[in-house]
Amino acid sequence: MAYSFPEEVLEYVFSFINSDKDRNAVSLVCKSWYEIERWCRRRIFIGNCYAVSPGIMIRRFPEIRSVEIKGKPHFADFNLVPEGWGGYVYPWVIAMSRAYPWLEEIRLKRMVVSDECLELISKSFKNFKVLVMSSCEGFSTDGLASVAANCRNLKELDLRESEVEDLSGHWLSHFPDTCTSLVSLNIACLGSEVSFSALERLVSRCPNLRMLQLNRAVPLEKLPNLLRGAPQLAELGTGAYSAELRPELLSSLLDAFTGCKKLKGLSGFWDVVPAYLPAIYPVCHGLTSLNLSYATIQSPDISKLISQCQNLQRLWVLDYIEDGGLDILATTCKNLEELRVFPSDPYGVEQNVSLTEQGLVSVSEGCPKLQSVLYFCRRMSNASLVTIAQNRPNLIRFRLCIIEARATDYLTLEPLDAGFGAIVENCRELRRLSLSGLLTDRVFEYIGKHAKKLEMLSIAFAGDGDLGLHHVLSGCESLRKLEIRDSPFGDKALLANAAKLETMRSLWMSSCSVSYGACKLLGQRLPRLNVEVIDERGTPESRPESCHIEKLYIYRTVAGRRFDTPDFIWTVDEEGNAPLRIA
Amino acid sequence: MNLKTELCLGLPGAAGGDVEVDQSVKMKGKRGFSETVDLKLNLHHNDHPALDLSQNVKSLSNNSVIKPPAKTQVVGWPPVRSYRKNVMAVQKSNAEESTTAAKTLPGGGAAFVKVSMDGVPYLRKVDLKMYTSYQQLSDALAEMFSSFTLGISLMAQTKVLCMICHKFNQFRNYGSQGLTDFVNESKLMDLLNSSEYVPSYEDKDGDWMLVGDVPWE
Repeated sequence: MAYSFPEEVLEYVFSFINSDKDRNAVSLVCKSWYEIERWCRRRIFIGNCYAVSPGIMIRRFPEIRSVEIKGKPHFADFNLVPEGWGGYVYPWVIAMSRAYPWLEEIRLKRMVVSDECLELISKSFKNFKVLVMSSCEGFSTDGLASVAANCRNLKELDLRESEVEDLSGHWLSHFPDTCTSLVSLNIACLGSEVSFSALERLVSRCPNLRMLQLNRAVPLEKLPNLLRGAPQLAELGTGAYSAELRPELLSSLLDAFTGCKKLKGLSGFWDVVPAYLPAIYPVCHGLTSLNLSYATIQSPDISKLISQCQNLQRLWVLDYIEDGGLDILATTCKNLEELRVFPSDPYGVEQNVSLTEQGLVSVSEGCPKLQSVLYFCRRMSNASLVTIAQNRPNLIRFRLCIIEARATDYLTLEPLDAGFGAIVENCRELRRLSLSGLLTDRVFEYIGKHAKKLEMLSIAFAGDGDLGLHHVLSGCESLRKLEIRDSPFGDKALLANAAKLETMRSLWMSSCSVSYGACKLLGQRLPRLNVEVIDERGTPESRPESCHIEKLYIYRTVAGRRFDTPDFIWTVDEEGNAPLRIA
Repeated sequence: MNLKTELCLGLPGAAGGDVEVDQSVKMKGKRGFSETVDLKLNLHHNDHPALDLSQNVKSLSNNSVIKPPAKTQVVGWPPVRSYRKNVMAVQKSNAEESTTAAKTLPGGGAAFVKVSMDGVPYLRKVDLKMYTSYQQLSDALAEMFSSFTLGISLMAQTKVLCMICHKFNQFRNYGSQGLTDFVNESKLMDLLNSSEYVPSYEDKDGDWMLVGDVPWE
């Protein structure tokens, strides 16, 4: 076309467009924009590793530098997804090792990574810079040694909560003396001791190191030296925060922390001895992020800390903070955006701390910027939820876990429908919601009616029947991920809203009332969905079709069915069969 | 909440207020009912967490019921990640090291180990903190895998294999049921001998050990 911009100009303009949504929109404008865009896309996000194949990705985007891939469904975090489910990154790494020699970044979540994989990564990509593995498993410290030894320009190695087979701490010593490129190192999930002198030398020779998260095996005595070697740190995860009371250690720590003028985030704090907490007072005022969720300190100590953190934006803490501590949070931290309160004793029958719904109400009143909440507690009322909703219509994420399943409003003994209804009605920008407590189909009616921006919904022990699910599937226009457990939702709602499933990333249902027959129908009708039946009682073909299945995972895909499923997963094919496997 | 010992013909998720422990016995349509019932009887006995094991089991009764540990846990509820559970468990057990080991387990936390059984296509994660003795663990494992015990016609002798993933140290922090009571009780020895399934585990040196060789704590 004579009036179109030259390619180079378009490419230059596109280089300012980084969000996936925008890039995807650009690529749909016309064929030439699609072509130009695909050649200059550098970063790709794959929310479900089985939705697309490595081959398809590589064919369309030949010049990728950064890949982010997610594997297992979210409920895998809570042991609902059996071992061996899948999520192997190996096929991706093999394909990329051939197609993307200039790959720089790999970010993985809930995937299975082997040592061979890590070695392949370390040797295939000459300019490899960033490796983030969040809640991954399948590798050992040997794999980490390959990465340390071979990645010359490594900037980030982040093992966030992965399950690593910890053979020894020796791997860290594989970083060559010439490595000075580290910006971010997170080894908090590792058990073994690494060589402290190797760690100290590594830390002090990397001038750009801004994030360092140590593991528990690093004793408190080592911390001052490490900090002195990296005063530019912006984020620190301490190791074990305990030692016998020694004034010289306390003053050494105090000194070291005072020298960290740029510290914005603190975490770690395992095995905390409260007497050492004052060492961090010098940095409290500058902190924007504080993770005390492994710190078993009591409310008075927590409150003392928080009262000095006026600029806090993010707080993760155990319920030891109690309502009193949350009151102090509400009065002190006016910039608070995210609060997560975890249970210290989730399986105890009785309440061990004085934390109730009141704490959350206080924070919702006092913190005008609060947008993200994760809250475990033992009681809730509709009235409180209504108050919270009216206080904070700017909520984006609201995840409430009342520990006892199907707990009623503790004041009126009614279901909590009205309370959650108020949340979705007032919080128009709500993107993520997790429900708990006693809930009838009515709450789902409210959700379907009001939660138009909702992208992810988690349901457990809720609802009366198919109508509830139908409300959600037919009403929530932005829904991408739906995960349901132990709720009486079944075939009718699924089949009536089958087409909706193709607009979502995935649906998980376990211990619900979905029959095998319905699964077969879905698989037949919607060829662009993978309908995977997870059932550990043997093939569903051996039982009547009306029999309920244990677990169901449905996701849209352009890659067809997968072939790496274990024996207890059956994929319904286009004929509506889930073929028997030959062992 | 008791672990169900009746075979339930009901469908998963159909139970209203019940919260079933995952992997409770489900009946396969083709199995002989009486065979399964027999098997169940062999594998269960009266167990009371507060009792000394030496006072245990005079006879295996038809109505024997496993009393669960302090609280029956529903899999994955409340939704606390395994990583967090394990971290908290180690911290708690460190804190309580100096106190006398109680008969009831320290509350909270969990220590997951992977369990596999020959011929069974999947692994389970079992929370060791839920059990105060080898017998409880053995019973729970038997129940978990019992739906397979009749089906494996091609397997002559099989073993239940416990793979301890770097948690051997935690394995030693538990409960207080003594080993001697355990092995002296002849009924229990009969139980172990009569069962085709012998729990064993791999310790951190990679050696296979019979469960029971090392005291529970």
